[in-house]
Amino acid sequence: MDIRTVRETVYHWIFAALAFAALVFLIGIILILFKEAWPFFAQYSVTKALLGQSWYPTASPAEFGMLPLIAASVAVTVGAMAVCVPVGVGSALFLHELAGPRLRAVLKPTIEILAGIPSIVFGFFGMLIVAPFLQNLLGIPTGLNAFTASLVLGIMAVPTVSSMAEDALSFVPASFREASLAVGATRWQTLTRVIVPAAGSGISTAIILGMSRAVGETMTVLMVAGGAAVIPRSIFDPVRPMTSTIAAEMGEAVTGSPHYHALFAIGLILFLITLFFNIIAEIVSRRFRLKLGLGR
Amino acid sequence: MKLYRLFIPIAAIILAVLLFGTQGFAAGKQITIKGSTTVLPIAQAAAEVFMEKNPAARISVQGGGSGVGITSLIEKTCDIADSSRKIKDEEIAKAKTGGVIANEIPIAMDGIAMIVHPSNKLSALTRRQIQDIYTGKVSDWSELGVGKGKIVVLSRDTSSGTYESFENLAINKEKVRPDALINASNQAIASTVANTPGAIGYIGHGYLSKKVKAVTVDGIACTRENILSGKYPLSRALYMYTNAKPTGDVKAFIDFVLGPQGKQLIEEEGFVGLK
Amino acid sequence: MNRTDSNSHSSGTFVGCVVGDSEYGKCTPPSPPPGLRGVILNAKWNKITEKLGFALLWLCMAFCLFFLGAILYFIVVRGAPAISWEFLTSVPRRAMTRGGVAPAIVGTFYLTLGAMLLAFPLGLASAIYLCEYSPKNVSVNIIRLSINNLAGVPSVVFGLFGLALFVKAFGFGVSILSGALTLGIMALPGIISASQEALTAVPQSYREASLALGASHWQTIKKVVLPSALPGILTGVILAVGRVAGETAPILFTAATFYTRDYPTSPLSEVMALPYHIYALMTEGTHPDEQTSIAYGCALILLAMVLAISGIAIIVRGRQRRSYGT
Repeated sequence: MDIRTVRETVYHWIFAALAFAALVFLIGIILILFKEAWPFFAQYSVTKALLGQSWYPTASPAEFGMLPLIAASVAVTVGAMAVCVPVGVGSALFLHELAGPRLRAVLKPTIEILAGIPSIVFGFFGMLIVAPFLQNLLGIPTGLNAFTASLVLGIMAVPTVSSMAEDALSFVPASFREASLAVGATRWQTLTRVIVPAAGSGISTAIILGMSRAVGETMTVLMVAGGAAVIPRSIFDPVRPMTSTIAAEMGEAVTGSPHYHALFAIGLILFLITLFFNIIAEIVSRRFRLKLGLGR
Repeated sequence: MKLYRLFIPIAAIILAVLLFGTQGFAAGKQITIKGSTTVLPIAQAAAEVFMEKNPAARISVQGGGSGVGITSLIEKTCDIADSSRKIKDEEIAKAKTGGVIANEIPIAMDGIAMIVHPSNKLSALTRRQIQDIYTGKVSDWSELGVGKGKIVVLSRDTSSGTYESFENLAINKEKVRPDALINASNQAIASTVANTPGAIGYIGHGYLSKKVKAVTVDGIACTRENILSGKYPLSRALYMYTNAKPTGDVKAFIDFVLGPQGKQLIEEEGFVGLK
Repeated sequence: MNRTDSNSHSSGTFVGCVVGDSEYGKCTPPSPPPGLRGVILNAKWNKITEKLGFALLWLCMAFCLFFLGAILYFIVVRGAPAISWEFLTSVPRRAMTRGGVAPAIVGTFYLTLGAMLLAFPLGLASAIYLCEYSPKNVSVNIIRLSINNLAGVPSVVFGLFGLALFVKAFGFGVSILSGALTLGIMALPGIISASQEALTAVPQSYREASLALGASHWQTIKKVVLPSALPGILTGVILAVGRVAGETAPILFTAATFYTRDYPTSPLSEVMALPYHIYALMTEGTHPDEQTSIAYGCALILLAMVLAISGIAIIVRGRQRRSYGT
């Protein structure tokens, strides 16, 4: 074994070790979340926490019913998807089918710019421009509500869904399209009945990842969703999703207090939700690739 | 491209500058002030003027709410906690277990003003009415005889000392209705009320402006005289808490706030200086 | 004429062999794609449906662009008046209503720098391991799964992690160090993906030629693969910088403060940061009239940074494409 082989082996092992950093960090996050959230669940039963309807963490006795927060996150995410899926998939279809190469060369970077805009800027824009506009337009008591939050959040998620959906569409073999057109289908029929179903799993992955993004977004909902910890009865009610609860209340929770652990418990739930989405997306995307014969 | 060869030396230089080059600035210790958003304008204005007069002093100011300030004091992550409410007994106890003795220093008087949109016909409220609105018994402006429409109730989040004071003075420690819009600061409530015709909220006296309309409480207006004399029902003191009696830079700053220049700043920001 | 299992109608044609209508001119009976079973073709309303459908797609794209345009318009128009040399280089004065945001810019710079110091070496090393050493065992899958899941973690959860670990457990307190470490972990997956793409884009022939000449594996990587992949890697770093500089949630509890007159003196001091400054001004600001325009100015700075970064990324990608001839 000469020095060169030794050196090569050393390098190999160094890189291998460093590559596991991502895994180490992920495990670290899981461990810390569990460690800090556990005291809460030890004291407070899981069902009471998840289904309780009163979130009054600083009352005495404190109440930690998380249902309004969870319901708010669900409402805002569903609303965001209602905006994001049509616009995102529609844009992807547009770029795939209707945009010539020059138009595409202009529009793709434009969507990337939208992707790069920080969430705080979206929240800022939503709070100062969109909310008052909607308030005046629709005559509702306040523009800071689930509807506005869904709208802004949906637009935020569009680049994610759009670029992934477009990738999925481009993987569909050209022969599908050619065969369809050859039998006389219109471009639209080809698009909706042949290409989109073929890219279905890929588009589903895109949507799932978009949902994951929407549920995890903090600053936008903090500034736009209104902040009332109550289960929304209408889309125009102010709400307080899980993320903004953590961001708003962490500062005042004394380390080690029940409130502190409760907030970590919310963080844990949030993490599990996004983990769940990611796993589903992984499974779907694997099936997609197998189906199209792209191998692993 | 041999650019990456430059990377390591550049990184080293930047690191060196970061760690060592700027140490020259560090003359005095940094004073960290955290807490009430009501007291924030006072703390910030005072910090600015104080630093101008004492170039070696370094002060960092944050808001977050009285709860954040007191928590930080307990955890020794700040030197001065601004608070618009008195420290609670359990907080004093918790501080003691951590070796922190909460030293209370009143610095100003403040009144909690009840505000509505300028177009609102309301001009007077009783404490009973405030309680009914905020606990959910009254939900429509027509029940108060001032037009129609849902009352958009604004409140502060639980870390707010203003909220705690309001809870004690105005609604008898009952729970605020769950559909109240939670805002992070006095300013947030003021802005929202200014933009929402059907809204009602409460803010510190220092945040009153022409954009909102203050109503009388139990017949008494929220003015400086009424606050100082104690006639205004929703009056309260503003505090700065330190760990034991302040020394050194912290003492100098507190003395400044309590001195004539500090009083002037306090009055300028819309609060009431102590006699 | 071949007929597939479709309904018979008096109008339109069946899916099957269509003479003269196909793009190929010649009639070869293709098997229709599954989605077209039962579809009526060449009926008059197909064209109308198509026109409507495409109009809908145009609308989707337009909606997207409209929102982007609105954001750009308002922030530029309302932020530009706030920008001046003084704004960019001086400290906040008069209760944050005058002066500038230089400490916030500096704070953002230090946080981003720190994050990259952590993420770049680790990320590049991971990408090199995955691409160049491609082990055929399960470790690749484990790492890949970790990266994907790390990428999906919400930013506020990163903030909680940073709070519990760096601020409390390690005792760094609220500081540049805690914030940078947290942001670095956030940026890691992005850098790994971008580096992976860049490395796989390097033609295999480069590596083979190098090895054929007798270079060792590491020498090949260091002197042949990395230099070629460098533009792509740097693009990834620049994009990660853009993302990290705009993040607020992770630094909320780990690094940021509302007001401090001076620049940070050590990695353990608190800093102002641009995204947090916008949030703080809008929610805790005490003089909204002046401070709203300052917040617009900060937003404009962030936006300008995003645009600059996207521009650089586009240029670099264009050059890379040309140099590889794809």
